[in-house]
Formats: sequence, C-alpha cells, structure tokens
Amino acid sequence: MDLTYTPAQQAFRAEARTWLTANVPREPLQSFDTEQGFAEHRAWENRLNDGRWGMVTWPIDLGGRGCDLIEWLIFEEEYYRSGAPARVNQNGIFLLGPTLMEYGSEEQKARFLPRMATGEDIWAQAWSEPGAGSDMAAIRSKAERVGDHYVINGQKTWSTRAVWADWVFGIFRTDPHSQRHQGLTFILLPLDSPGITVRPIPQLNGLPGFAEIFFDDVKVPVENALGGEGMGWHVAMSTAGFERGLLLRSPARFQETARRLVQLYQSNREQADRDPAIGESVMRAWLDAEAYTLSTYMTASKLVQGGKIGPESSTNKIFWSELDQSMHDTAMSILGLRGELLPEAPAAGDVGHWLEGFLFAQAGPIYAGTNEIQRNIIAERMLGMPRA
Amino acid sequence: MDFSFSRDQLLFQDNVRSFLINEVTPERIRELWLSDSGRSDQLWAQLVELGLTALTVPEAHDGMGMNELDFILLAQECGYAGLPEPLVETMLIGVPLLAALDESHAVLKQHWLTRVAEGHARLAIAEPGNPLVSDAHVADLLLLAHGDEVHAVEPGAVRLTRNVSVDPSRQLFQVDWTPTSATCVATGEQGRRLWAAAFNRGALGCAAQMLGLAKRMVDLAVDYTFERKQFGKPVGSFQAVKHLMANVAVQIEFAKGPLYRAAYALAEQQPGQEVLVSHAKLATSEAAMLAAKNTIQAHGAMGYTWEVDLHLFMKRAWALDKVWGDRGHHKGRIRAALFDGNPALGAGKTF
Repeated sequence: MDLTYTPAQQAFRAEARTWLTANVPREPLQSFDTEQGFAEHRAWENRLNDGRWGMVTWPIDLGGRGCDLIEWLIFEEEYYRSGAPARVNQNGIFLLGPTLMEYGSEEQKARFLPRMATGEDIWAQAWSEPGAGSDMAAIRSKAERVGDHYVINGQKTWSTRAVWADWVFGIFRTDPHSQRHQGLTFILLPLDSPGITVRPIPQLNGLPGFAEIFFDDVKVPVENALGGEGMGWHVAMSTAGFERGLLLRSPARFQETARRLVQLYQSNREQADRDPAIGESVMRAWLDAEAYTLSTYMTASKLVQGGKIGPESSTNKIFWSELDQSMHDTAMSILGLRGELLPEAPAAGDVGHWLEGFLFAQAGPIYAGTNEIQRNIIAERMLGMPRA
Repeated sequence: MDFSFSRDQLLFQDNVRSFLINEVTPERIRELWLSDSGRSDQLWAQLVELGLTALTVPEAHDGMGMNELDFILLAQECGYAGLPEPLVETMLIGVPLLAALDESHAVLKQHWLTRVAEGHARLAIAEPGNPLVSDAHVADLLLLAHGDEVHAVEPGAVRLTRNVSVDPSRQLFQVDWTPTSATCVATGEQGRRLWAAAFNRGALGCAAQMLGLAKRMVDLAVDYTFERKQFGKPVGSFQAVKHLMANVAVQIEFAKGPLYRAAYALAEQQPGQEVLVSHAKLATSEAAMLAAKNTIQAHGAMGYTWEVDLHLFMKRAWALDKVWGDRGHHKGRIRAALFDGNPALGAGKTF
C-alpha cells in the first residue's frame, strides 16, 4: 500500500489541469436535453477529443491515452474540479465503448470507436421495454433474420439521449422461439433508419432526456450485431456492469457535490442549524463521498494489478445513488423556501442548480437496475443467499 | 498510488483466520465463560506460537517491528472470531505505548517488550475517560492514567472490582491504585501525546474488530436463512430477508476504505489522523450495529436465545461501539474538523 501519487501521476494531473483550465467553457452550457445544448455538448466532446482528453483510458491508436484506472481517477478529479460540462456521449464512451473493445470485431472497432470519440456519433441506449423493466429478460422486440439483414419490430422505452442522438444500441430477440435470457442479440443501429419513430418523454424537469422508440420493419445489416447472435444477454450484462460499476459514476462528482454542500451549509448556518439533523447530514455527505472515493481507489488498485470486479460492485450503485439523493435532500432543507424555485426564478439567486440536481438524484436509485434489484444481486451473488 | 494490501499481508491474514476459525470456536468461547478468569493461558500460548505477540514489538526488543497497517487485517480477524484474549489491546495499544516511552525508561521497556514478544506478558490499558479497564485481571502490566501522566503498574499494586458486561467474554474491572513517582513513566505534554496516540490506536483496533464482527454476524445469518424454512422455502429466499442482509453488506463494503485509510495514516504517521480514525470507528460501528439489528431479525426468535451463537458477536459489537470513543465522540471530532477547521475539500483532496 502506498497512498501517494508518483511523480508521473502528479505530472499527469498537472497536464490535465492546465488543459482544462484553458479549455473549459467560461459559461455553463445549456442542458444537453435541449437541441441547442445537445449541439454545444457535441462540440465540447469534439474539443476534448482534439486535446486527447475525451477517452483517457482508450488505447493511444484510438485517440486515447492508454491510461490505467488510477490515472483515470486523477483525470476525473480534475474534470469535476474544473466544472467541465457533463458528458453527452456517456452511453457511448463509458458503456458501449468498453463493450466494443471487449466483444467487437476489428472492423466494428474501427467503424464505431473513432466517430464515438469525436462526438460525430452520439449514442442512445435501448434496453427497457414497456413490459421489460427490472425484468429485462422479458424483452419482446424482435430482430428477424432475413438474408444479410435483421428486420426489427417492437418498442423500447426510457431510451436515454434518444431524442437527438445519432445511433442506438440495445438487445433484441433474434430467436423467435427463445425464452428469457436466451436468443437475444446485441445490435447497433442508426436512429435515422427508415421505420424508426422516436417519441420524446419529458422528464421531471420538463426536458426530453429520454424517449420511446418504435421499430416498424427496420432493416439492419447483420454485421451490426455485437458479440455474436444469441449472445445479447451476456454482452448486455457486461455493459450494465460498466454502468453500475466504476466508469459511469466516478467519485469526483460526489466529492464536488459534498464540497458545495459544506459551503452551502456554512453560508446558511443560522437557517440550517434550526434543525440539528442538517449539520449531521452535511457531515455524513462528506464522509460518504470520501468513503466512496476510497472504495473506488481500492477497486482501481485491484484491477490495475489484474484482479477482477466481483459481485460486490453492486454495492456501488446503491451507495452512490443514495448518497446523491441524501446530499440533495439536505441541500433542499438548507435552502428552505428557495428550494422549490427553478434556476430562472428571480428570487432563486445562484442556488437554482440544487433543484436540478435534486430532480436528477431521484432517478439514481431507479436507472441502471433499481436498487431493489441490486440488493437481490448482493444477497444472491455476493452473500450466496438462496434464490427466490 | 496503490490502495491494496501486499501478498504477504493477505497471506498472514489467511493464516490467522484459519487458525482462529479452527481454534477459537463458539464452543471454546462458551467454555471460557465458565472459567474463573474467562481467559486461557493455553489459548494465549497458541497465539504466541503463531508469532502474534511479537508482531508490533520493535526489532530492538526481539519483535518483528510491524506497524498498524500490518496488524489491521489481523485485528479484523480477531473480531470475526470473537477472540476473548486481549491480543488487540496488548499489541496495538499497549506495546506501541511502551515503545514510545523515552530512553530514561529503557530498562522497563526492554523488560516488558521482550516479555510480551516472548509470550510471557499480557498488557491492560486504561482507555482515557473510561473508569473500567478490560482484562486487568490477567494483565502482567497495567498502563494507567493519572491526569496526563502515564503509569506502568504491576498487578500487586492494584485492587480490582469486577464489573459484569452484557458480553460474557468481556472482563471489566474498576482498578484502585495509588500513583507514585516510581510508577510514573510519562508526564505533561509527553503524557498527553502518548494518551492521544493510544486513544487513536484503541479506536482503530476497535474499528477493525467491528468490521470483522459485522461480517461474522452476516455469515451466521445467511447460513441460518438457508436452514430455516417457512412457507415451504428457506426464509433467505424472501426478498425482505435478503434486503436486510444486503443493506449490511453495503455498509461493510464502504467501511473498509476508511478503516484501511486510517491504519495507513497511523503507520505512516501522517497528519489528520484524528478525523481518519474517527471516520473508521464511526463507519465500522454503524456497519456492526446495523448487522446486529438486522441479523437478530433474520434469525427470528432463535436470535433472541442464549443457545444460538449470534449473541457471542452481537454483544461484543454492542460493547465495542461504546469504547475508545462512542459515536458521539467521533462525530464531534469530525464535525470540529469539517466545520471549524477549514479543511481542503472536494475532488483530488483525499490523499
């Protein structure tokens, strides 16, 4: 154990900080769930890629820096410290990207990864269906093999970023006689394919952050299947693992929220301390954000040494999503009467962003596998309790 | 940057765990409850044979010179096993306290540290602010506080009054003694510093045991929910029972980082130890207290009995939650540092 950064790691941090300081937009971008904001965020992805900071863990020949996970954590710390924009292509770079590297053919990697890196292709995801949410194996959308094509029919829902994204990935039933986890295939397709209808769904903040996708005889070449026909569940589980695990929720984000929460508390102490529980919640937010960071460094150290992520990674998703919820609950309590005000309300002052965060935090325990499903996974696969 | 234990450290942990699981069984612990002292010279001799009593003793005194980080996983295993012997107290609190005395006490240090390393002495250490001293009755040397002063007192000079604990494995004593210049080994600023450091090591040792206890309670409950059937199924197949256990597993997972971070800070003599130790004690105590609450529930009425082994570990957790700083004390230290101390916060400030 050595909890100090090497000179090379310190130099890497300094290089990232210098670039971010010079390049992060002065003014916050519009939400990427608006048309203009989406375009602004796409341009930011392109700029990041020009600086080779878009995908630091990707291999050098794919536009990355070949960083290990410790360097990735350092980069993320600098990224969140700098107040840089959220990653509009997170479905692509954090979920599909690693899945492509693991399961994709050389041709598929060359075709999809560089355009993903530049932000030319922004990706949406298509897992859930009206009848397949927590029970994802109940998927019914079909991809029927006809010659060198699949013909897709069905409906997906809660497709994040689908309104303005270019491509979508998801799993479809390619074997019509199959049941449950069998007979599914992981397929990539352009969202402007004939036969696709995207119906935006407004989220709690009124913006269309996700959508329903209707497939009506949509033709997709068979070379767009990833990881082999019938292997869709297996491939999807590895993608979902990235989502629950390290890559999507780096601790830096929660540490910065905790830092801002301590500031908010300190500057509203008189109002806040009328309820002694608030000071305790603020303290706990800071401790838990630190604990999440420590746990991530432990996992990263293990992986760097060739270890594997185990079922204990399901504890991550519960911990960060409930931490995020609790931090924003606390912020709302501190803000009192101002808590309900939208950012544009004149009386909201500069605290309106807490409400945005509060609304988004409500989704954390639901997406990427509800926390109830995560608790089942922990009980059955980590603790070895009997299946239902 | 490498937040992992070495192969040697993990191997040692495995060895100690195997030994404790085989030798310190619930049956043996229950047998010890029936003995006068509640302690076993034979068991202590086995710990000596494993080399455990030499671990933290400096090499100059025939020990292995290991630090808090080397010892932390072993302390965790002592918790997992519910070991009644004062190994953690002697090795993690007492030995470093003796070793830190100044050279005017070289003879005393040499004598007692060598005796501990060779397995001929157990130590009892008074927790600052706690009127009771655990294992005072089997200690060959007691390290006691008189104000800021540290006193090294031999058993002949104390009178002990037993105080029975909810945990039959704990042996607590009120110690009546008279401080003299002959027993005094540190005073004033030095004494304050030694007690503050001893307190942090005590809290760290407790925290490690709490993590082990929490894991043990979950393991017992998981086994039980396989055996016990209702409605024609193992009760562990019901989601309500699964989620009781999963909630504890989450707390255990996220208590590890603070525990090992604190052990590292003590071993490397880094600044900010107080907050790190308090975080470790708080996180592990909360994990263990939730484990106690949820595992007795998973056991149903059986968990409320003397026969089922759960209470061996549950009662230890209830007791250790309050010693070497209860949650109020540790929260107070963290709050003071966070709200009055202007610490560096946010991403990139953890290490």
